[in-house]
Amino acid sequence: MDIVVNLLLNGLATGMLIFLLAAGLTLIFGLMDVLNFSHGGLFAWGAYAGVWMFALTGSFLASIAGAVIAGVVIGYIMERWIIRPVYGNHLQQILVTMGVMLVLGELLKVFWGPNTINAPVPSYLSGSWQIGGVILIKYRLFIIIVGLIVYLALHFLLNRTKLGLVVRAGVMNKEMIQALGYNIKRIFTLVFVLGAGMAALGGVLFAPYSGAVFSEMGLQFAILAFIVVVIGGMGSVKGSALASLLVGLSGAFMAYYLPDLSLAVNMLLMVFVLLVKPSGLFGIKG
Amino acid sequence: METRDLTVVFGGHAAVNGVDLTVPRNHFQSIIGPNGAGKTTLFNLISGQLRPSKGSILFKGTDITRLSPPLRTRMGMGRSFQITNVFPNLTVLENVRLAVQSRSGVRYNFFSALSRFDWMREEAFSLLETVMLDKKSDSPAKSLAHGEQRKLEIAMLLALKSDLLLFDEPTAGISVEEVPAILDVIRRIKAEGGRTILLIEHKMEMVLDLSDSVTVLFNGKFLANGSPKEIMDNELVQSAYLGGHYDDAS
Ligand SMILES: Nc1ncnc2c1ncn2[C@@H]1O[C@H](COP(=O)(O)OP(=O)(O)O)[C@@H](O)[C@H]1O
Ligand SMILES: [Mg+2]
Repeated sequence: MDIVVNLLLNGLATGMLIFLLAAGLTLIFGLMDVLNFSHGGLFAWGAYAGVWMFALTGSFLASIAGAVIAGVVIGYIMERWIIRPVYGNHLQQILVTMGVMLVLGELLKVFWGPNTINAPVPSYLSGSWQIGGVILIKYRLFIIIVGLIVYLALHFLLNRTKLGLVVRAGVMNKEMIQALGYNIKRIFTLVFVLGAGMAALGGVLFAPYSGAVFSEMGLQFAILAFIVVVIGGMGSVKGSALASLLVGLSGAFMAYYLPDLSLAVNMLLMVFVLLVKPSGLFGIKG
Repeated sequence: METRDLTVVFGGHAAVNGVDLTVPRNHFQSIIGPNGAGKTTLFNLISGQLRPSKGSILFKGTDITRLSPPLRTRMGMGRSFQITNVFPNLTVLENVRLAVQSRSGVRYNFFSALSRFDWMREEAFSLLETVMLDKKSDSPAKSLAHGEQRKLEIAMLLALKSDLLLFDEPTAGISVEEVPAILDVIRRIKAEGGRTILLIEHKMEMVLDLSDSVTVLFNGKFLANGSPKEIMDNELVQSAYLGGHYDDAS
């Protein structure tokens, strides 16, 4: 029982972190048709910026704010000057965004050196509660709660605001949204920056979870996020949320019971979904 | 609206070739011509989806040849597509709302909640009444019949309060029973007045019934222009439509 609860929370927390990456990816792909391989770099930058802020101020809130600001600023620069020139060309997007991923990683080493850096859990979130013999690790619960809040906020943004209506419509039909007089470039920038901010948030949350940051830390999560976007359906935030939890949970349980198979299971899951429903669980693109 | 020597070349073939078209304000102008004559391409040029190889376009007295499609929309130009273009997974009402929202100039106050703009909802709803779709306002657009989707698209066009409307074959691909309803909607729009309308249509009864004047395109060229009656009597037009060859003698 104890172990099951533990794995459950572990899986949910990992799922939430994957979701923070995948939500941006799925919107960026759904709306702009951009294959973005640099998202893992933003994740790592969020983690470093957060750890740096934490060392500077001692405040975890400031560290989260610093990470999100770093993500938003880098995302804005990327979209305006690096991604925008390659809209419409998938091959160039892959090459350019992979290049950005490498550059972002190298820049981290330039600023903070090549070694891993410790990332402490803030005192009020460290330790655990013990309820009826079950140990609940506080920081994991914290990640799950933050993930839930982000999901709900995103859900509200997409379904209850004007921007949301435009984004949902843009995912379905870009040409038509322009024909209605909307400046799609501006919406692209907003969505890209939003995705970048969420990725950086994922990074800063993950740092104390893993205990240390290193420049390639975003890679594994970026791969999982891609699998999730495919399973959930390109452009669907709900699909990504569900698939993130699925992948997070299966990863946690597999790592415990069948450790050799944990990545393979995610791949199999993806292949299975693609065979049954090629557009993903909630795919809205044709 | 005016075009001057408007030309676009696709791989050596001029799909629209030196077209000079002048449409006075509040005029109902139809454009006819056989398939492949370049009618849709002409619309693409006017609405900005395509850039001309040569020539210019004037709208409300300004040269808009270099303007992007969204800017043209904001200047008051609205077009319907030959292929129906609605957002399939949004509700009928949401579709129209998007258009109301775009026109109302609160485009970039993006983060405000939808519910704070109830008048937009009401305006969208009254437009749905105009096109007789108010009963279906909460259904997803994809559940509508083809003709209904076309009517939805027209409601969206009206929401933009465009003063120039471009209709590309509004009855194409629509079942025979649904055609009168579309005709009815266009007639209502014409009767409301205050709009310049360009219509591409193959159904001659409809063209003759609605138009103030008719332009005939053939092989990308301007073949004739006149009142519906003049066009019906025009020999060049008859030979073009009857499959006769139109030799470029002029
Ligand atoms: N984007 C394009 N690229 C190349 N050729 C095109 C393009 N659009 C239209 N054409 C060609 O231009 C001609 C006119 O097409 P179109 O304007 O669609 O005719 P209509 O609407 O009068 O039936 C056709 O020969 C078509 O093949
Ligand atoms: Mg056509």
